[in-house]
Amino acid sequence: MAMGDHEARSRDQTPVLQMRGIVKRFPGVLANDHVDLDLYRGEVLALLGENGAGKSTLMNVLIGLYRADAGEIFVRGQRVHIRSPRDAARLGIGMVHQNFMLIPTMTVAQNIILGMDALPFVPPMSEIEQRIRELSERYHLPVDPSAYIWQLSVGEQQRVEILKLLYRGAEILILDEPTAVLTPQEARKLGRVLDIMREEGKATIFITHKMGEVMAFSNRVCVLRRGRVVAVKRTSDTTPRELARLMVGRDVLFRLERKPVPVGDVVLELQDVYAENDKGLPALRGVSLTVRRGEILGIAGVAGNGQQELAEVITGLREVKGGRILIDGRDVTNRSPLEVIQSGVSHIPADRMGMGAVGEMPVADNLVMKGYRTPPLSRQGVLQRRRIIEFARSMIQLFQIATPSPQTYVKFLSGGNIQKTILAREIDACAGLLVAVYPSRGLDVGATEAVRQRLLEQREAGRGVLLISEDLDELLSVADRIAVLYEGRVMGILPAEEADVETLGLLMAGEDMLLTAAQTVGGLD
Amino acid sequence: MKLVLRKRENISRRAAVLVPMISFVVALLFGAILLAVSGANPWVTYAAMFGGAFGSLYGLSEVLVKTTPLLLTALGVTLAFKMRFWNIGAEGQLTMGAVAATGVALYWARDLPGWTLLPLAIVAGCLAGALWAGGPAILKATLNVDETLTTLMLNYVAVLYSEHLYYVAWRAEGYNSGTERIPQVAWLPRLFGRAHAGLLIGLALAVVLWLVFRYTRWGFELKIIGSSPTAARYLGINIGRHIVMTLLISGALSGLAGASEVLGLAHRLQQGISVGYGYTAIIIAWMAQLNPLGVVFVAFVMAALLVGGDQIQMKMRLPASVGLVLQGMLLIPLLAGSIFREYALEVVKPSHGLDPDEGEAAIHG
Repeated sequence: MAMGDHEARSRDQTPVLQMRGIVKRFPGVLANDHVDLDLYRGEVLALLGENGAGKSTLMNVLIGLYRADAGEIFVRGQRVHIRSPRDAARLGIGMVHQNFMLIPTMTVAQNIILGMDALPFVPPMSEIEQRIRELSERYHLPVDPSAYIWQLSVGEQQRVEILKLLYRGAEILILDEPTAVLTPQEARKLGRVLDIMREEGKATIFITHKMGEVMAFSNRVCVLRRGRVVAVKRTSDTTPRELARLMVGRDVLFRLERKPVPVGDVVLELQDVYAENDKGLPALRGVSLTVRRGEILGIAGVAGNGQQELAEVITGLREVKGGRILIDGRDVTNRSPLEVIQSGVSHIPADRMGMGAVGEMPVADNLVMKGYRTPPLSRQGVLQRRRIIEFARSMIQLFQIATPSPQTYVKFLSGGNIQKTILAREIDACAGLLVAVYPSRGLDVGATEAVRQRLLEQREAGRGVLLISEDLDELLSVADRIAVLYEGRVMGILPAEEADVETLGLLMAGEDMLLTAAQTVGGLD
Repeated sequence: MKLVLRKRENISRRAAVLVPMISFVVALLFGAILLAVSGANPWVTYAAMFGGAFGSLYGLSEVLVKTTPLLLTALGVTLAFKMRFWNIGAEGQLTMGAVAATGVALYWARDLPGWTLLPLAIVAGCLAGALWAGGPAILKATLNVDETLTTLMLNYVAVLYSEHLYYVAWRAEGYNSGTERIPQVAWLPRLFGRAHAGLLIGLALAVVLWLVFRYTRWGFELKIIGSSPTAARYLGINIGRHIVMTLLISGALSGLAGASEVLGLAHRLQQGISVGYGYTAIIIAWMAQLNPLGVVFVAFVMAALLVGGDQIQMKMRLPASVGLVLQGMLLIPLLAGSIFREYALEVVKPSHGLDPDEGEAAIHG
């Protein structure tokens, strides 16, 4: 069947790239589930999907950073084996990563030729710079070849990355969320560059989770959800509304029963909270919200709009620059993480292996990392090893953690079971508020269901839950109210019954920006 | 056919024991090549080393003499390394411990009852070592100053300061170097030969430290900090306070090593109070995989290598540094071999006669 499809297409135009049946498994996660992808010369293909949908995995397979468990790749009709980015480069495939791979102390030209095959011992720099100037003029990528990388803005560095690929004769260019680091003006200029690449016959894959960019920049769009291709459409034949629905999945995955629960006292209150991100830029700008006992407040938003910082200020891991945070009416603003823990706050962090669990230690130890300070798990500073193992066994059973033994190191568990271990510990220690950040991200269906079920149980047990998620489906099925966070501000708080995927999706992406971007680039097409 | 490293289901305890042992054999083999190249018969040399270390009661007592400072400094280093604080200043902490113990025993002797002298000198040695490690710890905890540099640099300060003392300020009348002998009341009791009670203190502390790591909240928190500082912070553990507290004790252990060298062995501050024990301690801590009981065993083996090296210098006119060379070479196979704790080596046979390099062969075959 695949062959017949292939032949039919080749009559008008052979795809420059075909990926067939790509499968990539990670422990506990099926990141790519038989993915097919075609790419033609002179087109921009948007690869759309939520975080964890498998976009980056698929592209890392293409670029040779991952090896697929199954599947085939054809470039210009030839079956190829791509084992490294160098292999990919020889086939004319190049990628601009989200984190630029440039050396700040070297010049633009030096960076562009760095690592190229067949370079003379003393490279003819003036010739090289001349070629770079020609390319940068042709593709509207203005940059000075003799400038040092550290002198350049982020936008200019991105141009260097693109030039690097063009200089090496790349025919297939992959741009991984290129607008994430750009201002709206720069993003518009990038749209112009994509047009020229189209005219020059290049094939471009544009990774994004923003519907507006798909509409503005692409010819076709391929939507991934949970590792599968759910739709391939011509951009002119679709709408942001439809794409939002496809990306998030309209069908409710699980029929979770949400029992009516009486709403209790306010357990968490944020009053006009300000905070900065790791780079010292404003991340939260006057956030005010409340969570009551017996309710789940969902936080929706595209990654990087302050969610991470929100969880961290509440749990004492990040400095509050302004405003107040109250737990059970008690001011805990800028208190230590331990004091926040002791006021009954539990935290399921986004970074499981880095923060939530210690891979180099046994499951049993990880399960007691909140409770070890007090009897019966420790007395007068001495750990009660037998009690710890007993406790661990009961948690392993209760939360159905699949582990060979309580002594197994956590790093040997699957992603789902690592998350269950964290969940077990945090829920057991939780007295008032549970802050859950992307708790089901990247998990398989079973583990996802278990996580959501536990969140609902917390609500029924009269605790408050702050659920930060990018999965609108999850928020709609679990949360009582949903707040949308955009650029560090709460755009609005809707009761879950009144919210729908489309409204939330558009709010998350910043509705106004969407319209302008579509209008601006629409004229160029 | 090809060899593949496959991740194990669990940490291999067998590998944890086998790797150091095989590393030892590999180091001996490399050493044998070096010996052969320099014209010595490796077999005879090794036999002489072994005989020198264990062939007589004297040899054995000398091994125990060298085990003592190695054991104490290695325990100190182990404690710091447990939380991934790279204290490579055991040499300086030992030296300052020796200085402080000497100072108390020599200059406080006049005013205090005799029996207080030994405990006071020991405490002074511990405090001086603690101080020497505490500085870098406070800098690390407050300003995040890199501890490798500060602890290393302080070694030179300590060693040069001690030289100043025994060459100039505290030099005994009529000698070129070295202080007066400390009063006998401050000496640590001897066991046999030159082996002294410092060894017993070291053994007791090794057991205590093992219990601390295994059974206390403190040990548990150190391990979490060492494995993942981010997780430790998230779990509400005060990392800065732990760094300072732990390093004070780490330094105190090395300071104790210095004090016991003065009070048990040399009975004065003099040249050669440390001959790199504080650096060997780093190798010992790693070889023992930060297990305090393992440290006891490894320190003993390392001491035997040193004593054996001294013996062949006398008997065979080979440089004593052969022992040091072997010590150094131990670390390379050891670090390289640590991968087998988590990975198993497997032989993969190609199926259906396909090219074994074809990574995707199994899928299409």
